[in-house]
Amino acid sequence: MAEKKIVDARGSYCPGPLMELIAAMKSAQVGDELEVLSTDQGSAKDIPEWIRKVGHDYLESKEEAGVWHVLVRKKK
Amino acid sequence: MKIVIVGGGTGGTILANNLARRLSGELKNGKARLILLSASERHMYQPGLLYVAVGKMMPDELYRDQRSLLEPSIEFHVDPVEQFALDKNQVKTKSGATIDYDMLVIATGSRMVPETIPGLAENSETFYTEESAVKMCKALQQFQGGKVVITVGVPHKCPMAPLEITFMLNDYFKDRGIRDKVQIHYTYPIGRTHSLENVAKWATPEFGRLGITYETLFNMKEVDGKNKILRSEEGTDTPYDLLIAIPAHKGMEVLEKNGLGANGFIPTNRTRLNMEGRTNVFVLGDTTNIPISKAGSTAHFEAEALGENIAAMVKLGAPVRDYDGKVFCFIQAGKDRATYAMFNYTTPPDPKAPTKAIHWFKLAYNKLYWSSVRGLL
Repeated sequence: MAEKKIVDARGSYCPGPLMELIAAMKSAQVGDELEVLSTDQGSAKDIPEWIRKVGHDYLESKEEAGVWHVLVRKKK
Repeated sequence: MKIVIVGGGTGGTILANNLARRLSGELKNGKARLILLSASERHMYQPGLLYVAVGKMMPDELYRDQRSLLEPSIEFHVDPVEQFALDKNQVKTKSGATIDYDMLVIATGSRMVPETIPGLAENSETFYTEESAVKMCKALQQFQGGKVVITVGVPHKCPMAPLEITFMLNDYFKDRGIRDKVQIHYTYPIGRTHSLENVAKWATPEFGRLGITYETLFNMKEVDGKNKILRSEEGTDTPYDLLIAIPAHKGMEVLEKNGLGANGFIPTNRTRLNMEGRTNVFVLGDTTNIPISKAGSTAHFEAEALGENIAAMVKLGAPVRDYDGKVFCFIQAGKDRATYAMFNYTTPPDPKAPTKAIHWFKLAYNKLYWSSVRGLL
């Protein structure tokens, strides 16, 4: 059954939010949703860029109180 | 008060020595006991493996006897933990001993897992163990020219390693007089040449200056050893003659078996370093799931904060400070130049241009490390 997982990468400069997502994606099941929490504004751009290139689903990005929430779904 | 530290790497050793000094009175009068359990009687300086791989350090230079690094008041046993019974405040060791604790610290580190990528272990060189670094050194000596590809798994220990080995290889082939016969091709998982933006801003023009090609948004999928092709999750194929891997890492298997955390990384509070949901279990270094660098310096700074807090809990009944996410990493920019990156949860790094002076300091640190783990630096 698909799950929703939180990847809390707030305050992460290295390895950074996208690297945290790449690592989490490996352990996720197809259909799982992963929500990345990031304090780096660049995450709203670089996460969708990778998601589209690798072929997963990009769902949405929103900013709340300085934290970007980027929601994606593992597709393959 | 019985404090048990599991793991004799950088974090566990620094913490044990730190606590031995802070609690010297309590250890002397029997009000506290400090036990360190490790899987090895030897302590390895892991950053030295990079130099072994390019023939600039010998393997025996990497080791010291673990007991020689510890304060005499620390009860040290080579007896790794196999079972964690956290609800009973007990651990069980390989020798069959059951050890009770009041406070437990888990600092068992991480390990490379090249076997998670089909074909990678059999068809690549790496340098995360003594055996693999020596093998890579020999493979480099036999290499006479062609395309060298550097590939990077996630997460990996030492975030500077991909850049460092690339710059070291550039100088290595220059020194052998075959740089013009070698194409060095660097790949990296995200959309720039390093996770730290300011490091990428420095490294990318360096690649251009040195004639190093690169491909970003490249995550290993499989290695076709027969045809010497590295395939990415993103759908690209990269031929190679020599494949150098920074494999993905996991925490120790024993932690997964005991259900302490996915992939062997324990969910950890990022400022107090306690295991989530536990007030008397703490986690250090690569073993945490905190989204910061898996590096010796991370373990070092965490150990200093945790040492202060555990001592305060023994003496005052409460912790006194937060870990602020501090990390300091040297960056070897070739055989004779280096720079560094220092950052925490709120302040990004701003690395300066590499200099020979920083390189010499890094070489000095390769020796000073032994004072550092003793808690003297």
